[in-house]
Amino acid sequence: MKISRRGALKVAAFGAATAAGARKAEAREKKEAPADATGMLYDATMCIGCKACVSACRRANSLEMEAHSRLYDDPIDLSANTANIIKFYEGEDGTSFIKQQCMHCIDPACASACMMGSFQKRQNGIVTWKPERCIGCRYCQVACPFNIPKFEWNSPTPAMVKCQMCLAKAGTTTEGQLNEVGQPACTEVCPREAVIYGPYEELKAEALRRIAENPDRYEDHVYGLEEVGGTQVLYLTAKGIPFSRLGLPELGTEPVPALPVGLQHTIYKGFIAPVAVYGVVAGLVWRSRRQHDKAGEEVGA
Amino acid sequence: MNNQHGKPTPIGGPIMTPVMKICLGLAAVSGLMLIFRFLVGLGPVTNLTDGHPWGLWIAFDVVTGTALACGGYAIALLIYVFNKGKYHPLIRSAILTSALGYTLGAIGVIIDLGRPWLTWKLPIFFWTWNLDSVQLEVALCIMLYTAVLWIEMAPVFLERWETEDSKPKLQAFARKWTPILMKAMPWLIALGIVLPTMHQSSLGSMILLAGPKLHPLWLTGWLPFFFLISCIAMGYGMVVLETMWSRTVYSRYRETSILNALSPAMVVVLLVWVGARLLNILAAGKIGYAFQLDRFAILFWLEILLFLAPAIILMMKPTRSDRDRGRLFIASGMMVTGGMLLRFTSYWFAYSPGEHWNLYFPSLFEIFVTVGLVAAEVAAFLYIIKKFPILTGRPSAALPT
Repeated sequence: MKISRRGALKVAAFGAATAAGARKAEAREKKEAPADATGMLYDATMCIGCKACVSACRRANSLEMEAHSRLYDDPIDLSANTANIIKFYEGEDGTSFIKQQCMHCIDPACASACMMGSFQKRQNGIVTWKPERCIGCRYCQVACPFNIPKFEWNSPTPAMVKCQMCLAKAGTTTEGQLNEVGQPACTEVCPREAVIYGPYEELKAEALRRIAENPDRYEDHVYGLEEVGGTQVLYLTAKGIPFSRLGLPELGTEPVPALPVGLQHTIYKGFIAPVAVYGVVAGLVWRSRRQHDKAGEEVGA
Repeated sequence: MNNQHGKPTPIGGPIMTPVMKICLGLAAVSGLMLIFRFLVGLGPVTNLTDGHPWGLWIAFDVVTGTALACGGYAIALLIYVFNKGKYHPLIRSAILTSALGYTLGAIGVIIDLGRPWLTWKLPIFFWTWNLDSVQLEVALCIMLYTAVLWIEMAPVFLERWETEDSKPKLQAFARKWTPILMKAMPWLIALGIVLPTMHQSSLGSMILLAGPKLHPLWLTGWLPFFFLISCIAMGYGMVVLETMWSRTVYSRYRETSILNALSPAMVVVLLVWVGARLLNILAAGKIGYAFQLDRFAILFWLEILLFLAPAIILMMKPTRSDRDRGRLFIASGMMVTGGMLLRFTSYWFAYSPGEHWNLYFPSLFEIFVTVGLVAAEVAAFLYIIKKFPILTGRPSAALPT
C-alpha cells in the first residue's frame, strides 16, 4: 500500500502552513519607557561598598538577614531574602563594587511571561509583582535575562521576591508611596550618592554627562541604555573594568520577548488562523465521517 | 459477539496482575511523597534553584509527556485530515493513551506550581489574561484539550453503561447522552486536531523567551515548527510501539501492514524536519556552533541522527514481514527518542542561566515522583483496556502477565 503523492503533499503543505508564521514573524514594535518613568543610576566608581543600601533594603522590605559566615549579614547572591546586593570584584584590571537588583526593563521579559499579569510595569514604569494572580509557575525566572525574580523555595506558600523600587514591599502587594520619602530605601541611604533615583530621562542625561566630562574615569558605555531594549536602572563602570566582569551579562539590544511574542502575535493575529484552521478541519472531519457512515463503519472515538 | 478486526473489545482477565500491583505500589508511594512536597515547598525535595527553576517535572512530565501522548492527535490527523479511514481501528487506544498522558501532564504541572491553589483563576479570569504570554496559550489549550480527550473517550464508557441492565440510572444516562455526544463529535474531533497543533507548536515558542539563556542552536523562530512536526512523529511512533506491545502481550493481532503503509509519509515528515533544521541553522549563520567540540554540538547532531536514521531505515526496502516489524520498531523508537531529546535539550540541557550556576540534575525525589506518575498512567491504561472496548484485533484466550 502506497501513500499517494497527494497525501505526501498534504503533509508538506501542513508543515509549510504552520511554518509560514515562523518565516513572517514581524518585528515587534520597540517599546519606549513610559512618560513618568523613574529609575536608578549606579556609578561603580563612587561606591565604597558600605552595604548601607543592602541593610536599608532589608528593613524597607522586611526581608530576613542572611548569614553565610560569622558576619551578621553577608548575602552571597540575590535570593528570596535579598532583593538588593553589593558584590566586590577583584581582578588584574583593578577592583570594583557592583550593585545588583531588578533592572526594571522597558520591555520586561517577566511581564511578557506572566499569564495573568502578576508581573507588570506599573506606576513610574516600575515592575512589580501581585501575589493574587501568581500561580508560581516560575516562567518569569526562565524569562529574565538577569535572573532577578527569586522564588521562596522553602515555603509551601511561596512568593516571588525582587526589587520593586520600594513602590511595594518585595513579595507583597502593598502598593503605595515610594518609601515615604519618595525614593527607594537604597538610594535614600547611600552616603556617596553612588546610586541615585530620579526621572529616567534625567538619569540618562546624567550618565552620559559624567562620561563626557570624565572620559578617562569611565568605560564609554552606559549599561542599560541599549541592553534588551533598555532598562530603567543604569550603570557606569570604571575605565578598564567592563560590565561583563562585574556580572552584568553581555546582551543584545533586542528585547528578550521580541522573538517569541512577535512569533505568537503573527501566528495568532486576531485569532484568525486558529478559527480558519478549525473551520477547515471541521469540514474535513465531517466529510470523512460521512464517507465512513456510507461504508457502514462504526463511528465514535 | 463477533470478533472482527475493526471492532474494539475489552481484554478481560484478572486486574490485579503483578505488573498492576507494582504500578499501584509505585503510584501510592509517590502520592505519599507529594503530600510531603506540599507541606514543605519545592526547595527541600527538588534540586531546582533560582537559576534552574524548571526541571524534570516540566521538561519530562509536561513538555515531553504531552508530546508522547500525541498518538491521538497523529491518528486523528490521518483519519480525518488525510481521510485514511483504515486507521480507525487504532484511534481508541491512541486517544486513551493521549487522555492519560495529558492528564499526567496536567498533574505534573500542579505538582510543580508554587501556588497551585490559585490555578482555578486561570481559565476563568479572562480579563487578566496576558495575551503576550505564550505559556497562557499553552496552559489554556492543554486544559481544554485534556477535557476534549476525555469527552472523546466518553462513548467507550457510555457504550458499556448502555448494556448494564442492573444499573438503570447509569443506563438511562448513557441512552440520553450517546446521541447528543455523537452529534457533537465532529466538532470535538476538529477541536482535538486544532488544539494540539496550537499548543504543541507553542511549547516550542514558549522556551524561546529564555532568549540569551538558551543555546543559539535552539534559539530559533522555527523551534515551534520543529516541536510540532516532531510531536506528530512521536505520536506515530508511540502508536506503533503500543500496537506492537499489545500484540506481544495480549496477542492482539492488529494490522501492522497499515502501520507500515505510513512509512513513506513518515519518511517525508522526518526528512522535512531534518532539512528544515539544518537549513535554518545554516541560514541563521549558526552552523559554527554545531562544529564546536562541546556538549551542545553533540546534542545537536544526536538530535539530527535520531530524526534522520529512522527516515533511512523506513526507506529501506521491506523484506519479510517479521523483519519488517523490527524495522518499524527501531524506527519508531528512534523517532520517539529524538523528539524526547529535542524537548529535554531545549528545556533543560541547552538552558544555561549563567556560568556561576551549577548544572541541574533532578533529585531522587523528583525522579521517583515522575516514575510514580507514569506508573499510575500505566495502571489506569491496563485497567481501562481490560474493562472497556479499546483494543481492536483478534482477542486471544491465553492471557499472559
